[in-house]
Amino acid sequence: MRGEGTVVIEYGSYECPFCAKADALLAAAAVRQVFRHFPVDSKHPRARALAHAAEAAALQGRFWELHESLMADQSHLDDPHLWRRCEELGIDLDRFESDRRSAEVSDRVQRDFRSGIRAGVATTPALFVDGVLHAGVPDAELLARLG
Amino acid sequence: MPIIEAGTAAPDFTLTDQDGNEVSLSDLEGQTNVLVFYALDFSPTCTDQLNVYQEVLGELEEQGAKLYGISIDSAFAHKAFQDHLGVTIPLLADFEPKGEVAKAYGVYIDERGHNQRALVMIGPDLEVKWSYHAPTSLEIPGANLIFDALEKYSGDVAAEGRM
Repeated sequence: MRGEGTVVIEYGSYECPFCAKADALLAAAAVRQVFRHFPVDSKHPRARALAHAAEAAALQGRFWELHESLMADQSHLDDPHLWRRCEELGIDLDRFESDRRSAEVSDRVQRDFRSGIRAGVATTPALFVDGVLHAGVPDAELLARLG
Repeated sequence: MPIIEAGTAAPDFTLTDQDGNEVSLSDLEGQTNVLVFYALDFSPTCTDQLNVYQEVLGELEEQGAKLYGISIDSAFAHKAFQDHLGVTIPLLADFEPKGEVAKAYGVYIDERGHNQRALVMIGPDLEVKWSYHAPTSLEIPGANLIFDALEKYSGDVAAEGRM
């Protein structure tokens, strides 16, 4: 979770440009944001690996730092780019490399994905506000409501 | 004509899949099937829809459901679309006479010349068990609807002592 205010649950993927847009809008809004991974492998082939990377960073208390780094630049998402990002963020690389291939991390990502499927998510980004699904980048009306 | 309702015998059909093989209603007997009627190969929303169903295909099959996509595109277009997406869901060509099967299932939009986005579950006895159409063509029915219907339908079968 990050921020304070209305709780917004976002289902997204790091390879999805609309998610980057939605994420930037939410980061600037007065919301308490929860991010859940929704990697659709056949659409975004790197998305699941990137979700694993973010969860590996989370095990070192750096989830939002890597999350924001990935959302801010989606054109550098290969492994060497991830390693550079980790160095910049002070993430222990050896531990990161082992954690992102662990069952704990992949289970976490799959749990997020399944929860999205069960909640009716079909595309990213998908936002839940007060239990209501809003598909796509939040529009001005929704942002105004969030404050 | 409104979408076909639960309790109706599934209208017969024989269509060609993406590889040129014929698939008939009788091939669906003995298994639970979900016909996924969608608008057009390569359209953005249909792409997203098939992509997300592909992600849960294994889980749906574990629960005994077989999915078939149906649109008015030709078998060759289906093959290219399937390859492009990397999906394995069989795609049936309701190509000639155009949309005949979709019309029989009440999911064809005459003024647009393609299907509405709809799901029809056909039981092992070839009876329609459940149907759903999206309120707008831009709305993708979540895979949760299929899981819910499977759960409910399995419950009905168990209750009737047929399992």
